[in-house]
Amino acid sequence: MRNVHSFSFAGARLTARPSGALHWGDRNLLVVSDLHLGKSERIARRNGPLLPPYEVQDTLRQLQKDILETGAAHVVCLGDSFDDLAAAQALGEDHRAWILRLMTGRRWTWITGNHDPGAPGLPGDTVDVLTLDALTFCHIATDLDRAEVSGHYHPKAAIQLRGRAISRPCFLRDSRRLILPAYGTYTGGLRTQDRALADLMGAGARAILAGQPMVEIPMPR
Amino acid sequence: MSARTPITNFFQTRGWSLHPHQSDMLERKDLPALLLIAPTGGGKTLAGFLPTLVECADGHDGLHTLYISPLKALANDIRRNLQTPIEESDLPIRVEDRTGDTSYAKRQRQRADPPQILLTTPESLALMISYPDAARTFAGLQRVIVDEIHALADSKRGDQLMLCLSRLQTLAPGLRRVGLSATVDDPSVIAHYLARHPDPCPILHADPGPPPDISVLETEEAPPWAGAGGRYAIPAVLEQVRKHNTTLIFHNTRAQAEIFFHNLWLANEDALPIGIHHGALAKEARLKVEQAMVAGQLKAIVATGSLDLGIDWGDVDLVIQIGAPKKVKSLVQRIGRANHRYNAPSKALLVPANRFEVVECHAALEAVRAGELDGDLRLDGPRDVLCQHIACVACAGDFEADGLYAEIKSVGPYSTLSRAAFDDCLDFVATGGYALRAYDRYQRLKERTPGIWGLRDPRAARQIRMNLGTIIDTDKLKVRFKGRGGAPLGEIEEGFASTLSAGDTFLMGGQIVRYESMRELTVEVSPRPDKEPRIATYVGYKWTTSVHLAQRIQHMLHEMRFDALPGHTREWLELQAKVSTLPEPGRLLVEQFPRDGRHHVVVYGFAGINAHQTLALLITKGMEENGLDPLGFVSNDYATLIWGLQPVGDIRPYLQATGVRAALDRWLQGNAVMKRAFRNAAVIAGLIERNYPGKRSTGRQAAFSSDILYDTLHRYDPDHLMLRITEEEAMRGHIDFGRLELLMQTVGDRIDQVKLSRVTPLAAPMFLERGIVPIKGRAEGKLLQAEAEKLMAEAGLSLE
Repeated sequence: MRNVHSFSFAGARLTARPSGALHWGDRNLLVVSDLHLGKSERIARRNGPLLPPYEVQDTLRQLQKDILETGAAHVVCLGDSFDDLAAAQALGEDHRAWILRLMTGRRWTWITGNHDPGAPGLPGDTVDVLTLDALTFCHIATDLDRAEVSGHYHPKAAIQLRGRAISRPCFLRDSRRLILPAYGTYTGGLRTQDRALADLMGAGARAILAGQPMVEIPMPR
Repeated sequence: MSARTPITNFFQTRGWSLHPHQSDMLERKDLPALLLIAPTGGGKTLAGFLPTLVECADGHDGLHTLYISPLKALANDIRRNLQTPIEESDLPIRVEDRTGDTSYAKRQRQRADPPQILLTTPESLALMISYPDAARTFAGLQRVIVDEIHALADSKRGDQLMLCLSRLQTLAPGLRRVGLSATVDDPSVIAHYLARHPDPCPILHADPGPPPDISVLETEEAPPWAGAGGRYAIPAVLEQVRKHNTTLIFHNTRAQAEIFFHNLWLANEDALPIGIHHGALAKEARLKVEQAMVAGQLKAIVATGSLDLGIDWGDVDLVIQIGAPKKVKSLVQRIGRANHRYNAPSKALLVPANRFEVVECHAALEAVRAGELDGDLRLDGPRDVLCQHIACVACAGDFEADGLYAEIKSVGPYSTLSRAAFDDCLDFVATGGYALRAYDRYQRLKERTPGIWGLRDPRAARQIRMNLGTIIDTDKLKVRFKGRGGAPLGEIEEGFASTLSAGDTFLMGGQIVRYESMRELTVEVSPRPDKEPRIATYVGYKWTTSVHLAQRIQHMLHEMRFDALPGHTREWLELQAKVSTLPEPGRLLVEQFPRDGRHHVVVYGFAGINAHQTLALLITKGMEENGLDPLGFVSNDYATLIWGLQPVGDIRPYLQATGVRAALDRWLQGNAVMKRAFRNAAVIAGLIERNYPGKRSTGRQAAFSSDILYDTLHRYDPDHLMLRITEEEAMRGHIDFGRLELLMQTVGDRIDQVKLSRVTPLAAPMFLERGIVPIKGRAEGKLLQAEAEKLMAEAGLSLE
């Protein structure tokens, strides 16, 4: 059996994938958030350590896998697709060609993030907000009374098993909000206990842990 | 020689005379390198400084002598002790220290107007060398004294220090080195470490003095089967404190020191003045205890390694060691603390914390009497330290690669370094050393003209300096009392802090405090003397026993040489012999029993922690392949304990003497042991930045884990230098194929497999061991699913 986790959100039937991607079967829509492409380049530019420069290809390899497995007709990147504007501009020719290849034959939407204003120099639609049926897609969750799918916070949840703690990137959901984990290879996480997330999510919120196996737990607070 | 007069006067007015090794030091002061081996309390430090006092007696302009010790506390102590002869002989010598505790203003002044004698640590020296004015600071330097070099020579701190000395030697070509060492098995190893190669380093031996007086403390109450803190012995310890002038009470970990101190106070009906001292306490708290100690105001100090090594604390006449001394060498050196009169034997008492430790303590005493010290020294310098040193040198200015390579070859641990290995490190620092050349624009070092390298962007020096040092601390958070200007108490590990919720209590500096909140990077607490504390989990020292000691214990057990042991321990061992069996040299005892819903296997190899760790990897790999769901293991020098969801059955198929290396290759790669080794090496080499206050991002942009870098390198750049260093480090510190293969060949099929319904006497202490290695296999997924279902049911949530 394929290891995914399906649930209903605002009347839509959605599937969380172990990679941190979200699939909406009825619209054949694949959603990923916070790719942070070019992070190693940005860190080096700022005199930080010279990290293994392989995170762009690793993130694209994973994205390609999710696209092939779902056969998605429409891909939505929920913002912070690039670590910053300069990182988007410094994207290598081979990586650019790879992204174009992935974009071929399907609709593609770049939602703007706080790190990047979309994807300069790449095709696809660049918007702040995308609404499809009852769902609104944006980078950062708002106070508006609507069913939102967003990213930005890089949520991760820890669960105590006897004698050990497991911490993984996670999806968070309550009745109005669905927050995706960060998808990029070089991304850290924010614990669900952090005030930013604890205040945001309503009572009865749940966390779906990415990775293998996928499990759903009450959001740790 | 006129210069000697003031010093000689100083000695004469006190009715003292120089020890033979002290006058020898004076006579041989012009040698380029000299190693003094002397017992603690033998006037070793003064011997090191005498040539300096003589040479500076008529005045010396600028820095003359650099004194380096592994501990900050030692620098404070030395300064106090030097001050007396200098002031009374009216010598024109200023003594100052420079450590992580030294203020910015004072450091600036020291750079402009250096004292004649500067006391420092290896980390602070590395920092000084990284400044562009290092050449000026050290130009007139005459002597370097490396104190407690036996303690440094075991570690990466020592490797870094020796690299720094090679740099100093270039800046001050006339520099002479002196090493001061406690008694060691093989002094020539340390001499090789200290020497400026290819020059030799002669060795000077002081009179070793009378043998130490060590025994095991007799208590009315028997120690527990598996305790760790020695709490049962408190009445007997208090009795000893009463009988002596000043007692030092050593623990192997900070957490144990805290708990012991707390309980000691609860039982201290006479209100004897007793203090606590360990490295996690705030500087203010440490200084207060040190001053009270020097002033003779304390009857006892509960301490850990921070007070270790040859500090002269005046009137100490008894050392109590709680918990078995894991290394005989450390035991003897710790005991050197007591009774610092050179010709009186030092007195020490051992307090085993559990019954197994009773056996360990007696074995250690046997070893001391036999004059057998332990500890192996490494002679192949680790390359992560070399990478850091190259970056450190670059901070001070452009350098010539050929010159730096020649300099590094003069360092003992790096004297066999090949040019190719050096170039790999240089390339790593300059470009990251990746197969994919991605950083042409952002190289850290640039080759300006052929062979001359320097920082591409001088601003990078700041980051490099902040990451200098080879001690890997887990991230720490400061603890202070809540409220404006609350007093700082010390530090706890971030991992421990993250398990606290409001209202939880823990011990800090001997007080019970209540966790209130976290503000930025500070944990706020309030005093709560009325509650039972939770235990603070400091990592502190990681002690391992020596293989020598492990084997001595195996023989003791097998030959049932129990005469020296107290009755309760004999009974305990006889019970082990009755319910299971006692381990026998040449055979392998394996016990299997259920406990707490898990199936456990204990293998008693007596082959050292590294071999046991490797053995556990081998067995858990087989278990995972056979669907037995291993969950984790923990090892010490005597045995390894493995647990999982299913019983193992026959152990023999898992213990194959051949092909261990090949069998473990892939399993090892994904294991937590390797990931830890990678993280440590990556921090030292500068691939991962240390977290430091002010820089650490809070919230969303939290740093991602080093495991991600490790996995990424394995996937895309499997030959990268960092992975090669990780492997070298694992073989050095965690994994030992050779010893495991030897064990299995020796044992053959002579395996005693015992199945039991419960934990055995001998296995009980294994459950206290630190450093559990988790297995990320199928079992983890099963547990996760079960726990998730339970949580959802408890919360009244359904899966839809």
